[in-house]
Amino acid sequence: MKRSYFAAPYLLWMSLFILVPLGIIVYYAMTAVSPDGSFVFTLENLVKAFDPLYMGILGRSVYLALIATILCLLIGYPVALILTSKNFKKGSLIVILFVLPMWMNFLLRTYALINILDSGGVMHQFLGLFGIENPKLLYNSFAIILGLVYNYLPFMILPIHSAMSKIDGGLIEAAEDLGANSWNVFRRVRFPLSLPGVISGITMVFMPAVTTFAVSRLLGGSNFMMYGDVIENQFFFMRDWHFGATLSLVMMILMLASSFLFRKYQGDDDGGVLW
Amino acid sequence: MKLKKLLQRSYLGLVLVFLYAPIATLIIFSFNSGKTMGKWAGFSFKWYEQLFRDPTLMQALSTTLSVALLSALVATVIGTLAAIGIHSMKRRTRSMVETLTYIPMLNPDIVTGISLMLLFLFAQVSLGYGTLLLSHITFNIPYVIFSVLPKLRQMPQNLYEAALDLGCKPAKAIYKIIIPQIMPGIVTGAIFALTLSIDDFVVSYFTTQGVNNLSIAIYSMARRGISPKINALSAIIFVSIVTLLLIVNIRSSRAQNEKEKHAR
Repeated sequence: MKRSYFAAPYLLWMSLFILVPLGIIVYYAMTAVSPDGSFVFTLENLVKAFDPLYMGILGRSVYLALIATILCLLIGYPVALILTSKNFKKGSLIVILFVLPMWMNFLLRTYALINILDSGGVMHQFLGLFGIENPKLLYNSFAIILGLVYNYLPFMILPIHSAMSKIDGGLIEAAEDLGANSWNVFRRVRFPLSLPGVISGITMVFMPAVTTFAVSRLLGGSNFMMYGDVIENQFFFMRDWHFGATLSLVMMILMLASSFLFRKYQGDDDGGVLW
Repeated sequence: MKLKKLLQRSYLGLVLVFLYAPIATLIIFSFNSGKTMGKWAGFSFKWYEQLFRDPTLMQALSTTLSVALLSALVATVIGTLAAIGIHSMKRRTRSMVETLTYIPMLNPDIVTGISLMLLFLFAQVSLGYGTLLLSHITFNIPYVIFSVLPKLRQMPQNLYEAALDLGCKPAKAIYKIIIPQIMPGIVTGAIFALTLSIDDFVVSYFTTQGVNNLSIAIYSMARRGISPKINALSAIIFVSIVTLLLIVNIRSSRAQNEKEKHAR
């Protein structure tokens, strides 16, 4: 028996549970229910998916995810930089502390955030000390962005940190010996070599942030839907599975295309998905 | 120089406060005897008692654990076999299969969930424990494969042929030679699968009905507003995850130290 046959159960499984379901999404996206109850081919749903209403929500999701990604990068990059400096050992407790929240269910993290931001919560009392009475902290786009940053920050820090700790110390010493000051060492050596980690971090934050659902529902209320919420809505409230499938298809194509694009720029070595 | 160090430390401290303040508040208020957040009414274990008496949540906990264990087990077996198979494939087939394996990892969770839901509805399988389990196995397998494949690449390639030359049957050679060599990868994959399954919300949300796991139960409770019972539950989950990760970490850093000692 050839050894490659060992993959047979897997291939069977994946065909049945990955390829066939994707085919079904395409099938539902391209059909609609005719009055007599059978499915008829139509491109109506695809046209409807490009309606300004849905494109607008997609645009807003991308916009919110983009802001959250930029904030994660701005907050996370210095953290990774400081953690790789001489004062901290690799794998020390403080490094673990920064990635630990990654392993906690995002619903629980989001729920913890609601606890703090809710009216009468700790944040309200804290701001009250400074004379800010009843600030609106929940159910707006600020809350969604905060929630995304809070949830995905560790996913930005981890890959950048692991890219930076792979940098050969000799390169930095060489640059110093050649007379570069610390700013130039950063600009010419550390920063360019940390870029794969940055790209990996951007992917790990941006992708799930765009497609997120539930976080926006919990923090933004029903007025601030993101694309994922609209898709869920089609299935569980509007009961229009065909249109829901169409929207899923649009999202899937967008995500797969952009992740293959990122992959190309990132090269073979990933910035460390695991630690 | 002193100032720089101080600035660095306070920056790290600030980010840590941002990351942990919500969780800490959550845990503190799980011991609050009052119902409102932000108002401390005295210490009590009351919410923990109520949590353990809540049949829905206890049911959800047992669903989460059993789905995690079963799906990790099945995914580890299928995934390990698949990795051995993929490793011995010809280059072109191999890269094709690896790309296929990437799809569920890259696909947004919501799309994976919906595509599976449509499959089950299409096949007229009613959603419940079985469909939940099948879905979890499906998204777990790729992570097992990618944990095992590197170990297969690292091991001496001719060991297997040597075993065959010495008269070992293929099945026995795999069991006696390959499996022990790739064991660390298998264990990593299994732990990974376990964690992913416990943590999953999105795929589960679409692929089960009636049978809820913890994350679905938490979601439906959180939508109705804050309840100190969820605080108690979150505190338990958080503390157990921290303990687990610390154990794993201390073990792996010890192993690392041993290795370095041997290398010298």
